[in-house]
Amino acid sequence: MNVFSTLLARDLKLAIRQSADSLTVVAFFAIATVLFPFGVGPETNVLERISGGVLWVTALLAALLSLDRIFTVDYEDGTLDQLVLTGQPLSIVVLAKITAHWLTTGVPLLIVSPLLAVTLHLPTAGYAPLLLALLLGTPTVSLVGAVGAALVLGTRRGGVLLSLLVLPLYIPVLIFGAMAVEAATTGRSATPELLVLAGFAVLAVTLCPWATAAAVRQAVE
Amino acid sequence: MKIANAIFPWAAGLAVLLFAVGLPIALVTSPPDYQQGETVRILYLHVPAAVMGEMIYYAMASGSAAYLIWRHPMAGLVAKASAPVGAMFTALCLICGMLWGEPMWGTFWVWDARLTSTLIMFFIYLGYIALGDAFEDPERGDRAAAILALVGVVNVPIIKFSVNWWNTLHQPASLSLTKSNMSGEMLLPLFLMMGAYGMFYVTVLVIRVRSELLAAKIRNARMSQIAGNEAAQAIG
Repeated sequence: MNVFSTLLARDLKLAIRQSADSLTVVAFFAIATVLFPFGVGPETNVLERISGGVLWVTALLAALLSLDRIFTVDYEDGTLDQLVLTGQPLSIVVLAKITAHWLTTGVPLLIVSPLLAVTLHLPTAGYAPLLLALLLGTPTVSLVGAVGAALVLGTRRGGVLLSLLVLPLYIPVLIFGAMAVEAATTGRSATPELLVLAGFAVLAVTLCPWATAAAVRQAVE
Repeated sequence: MKIANAIFPWAAGLAVLLFAVGLPIALVTSPPDYQQGETVRILYLHVPAAVMGEMIYYAMASGSAAYLIWRHPMAGLVAKASAPVGAMFTALCLICGMLWGEPMWGTFWVWDARLTSTLIMFFIYLGYIALGDAFEDPERGDRAAAILALVGVVNVPIIKFSVNWWNTLHQPASLSLTKSNMSGEMLLPLFLMMGAYGMFYVTVLVIRVRSELLAAKIRNARMSQIAGNEAAQAIG
């Protein structure tokens, strides 16, 4: 556990000193969301209808853009090799890095999402499910994304490739995240969707660090 | 490789034979459906392609697992060689399905659960192929792609479940085909075509594995040639 907290503190410190990175992701989330009214028109009823789905899609894309931060810098300057060589359990090491990523991108996205929901006229009933769904869904996004980020280490066109690998795997989270918001705004209970999202998070936290560790190991070998 | 060489002529021969027998029965002599008319013949191309697309993914994942666990190079080669064939079958399934959907449902595409998960499956194949090709060291590409195949195999059931949930809430099941009991006249060409597709896969797989092995040999020969030249220069 000591490894976990030490690494988490280190990654958080680095992220705070380069806070522009996190802010850029949030800014992307905002601008991508703001593009939608231009695309579909400013009618309130249309925006109301699509707001939950749009926020989820743009949040996923914003998270996708930030994924390469988890490992790329450490891979390039050799820190990752050192971490593998320490002999500490690698799945704990990557879990610490993933947690740091979630705290520095998932949480900021969560914080600004109500503000963006206002611009899309999300019905009042949708706010609580949106926040809860993002709270339960973004950890899965970071965890699954980390597997992809570790797999593309050392490739020439990592970014584009990463989106091809990771976006199909995000579809379940997107479906249930958007459905939770839709359920609440159409007067249904959002509990089933939120429970499924929680289940995904549990599954991801069990399996993804392990797969990420395997991917990191083959990357530094 | 010995086994592969032994089964190769049989598989190739059977593939040709089954196509030669199955295609005319499926496309000409089998009876038209009383509801769907002649368009039902698309079924004989479409359903086996769907089955193969899925089966090859599981074959690929098992190969990848064997490659990662026991470091068996042949399993890795089989997985790698399967991917383009599987992607091709999935694409064929999608294209046939769209052409079939037009006369049946009046549209080329509906966001039906099975269509949607097949499309996602196709993207997962593309990701696997792209990742395998993305590294300068082919062995790293093989290993990374093998891990991805295993991550994918865990995810495929989850994606199917999610898409079903999404679909049932968004669309009443109005477009499902009435699955009546198939008559023997329809089952025969279906099984013939399924066998033909399966044998085609085995045949192409053996060819692809052979060429992968040859490519690896050429690479090694070039490497040792370069190493030899450098050593000669160092001495000279």
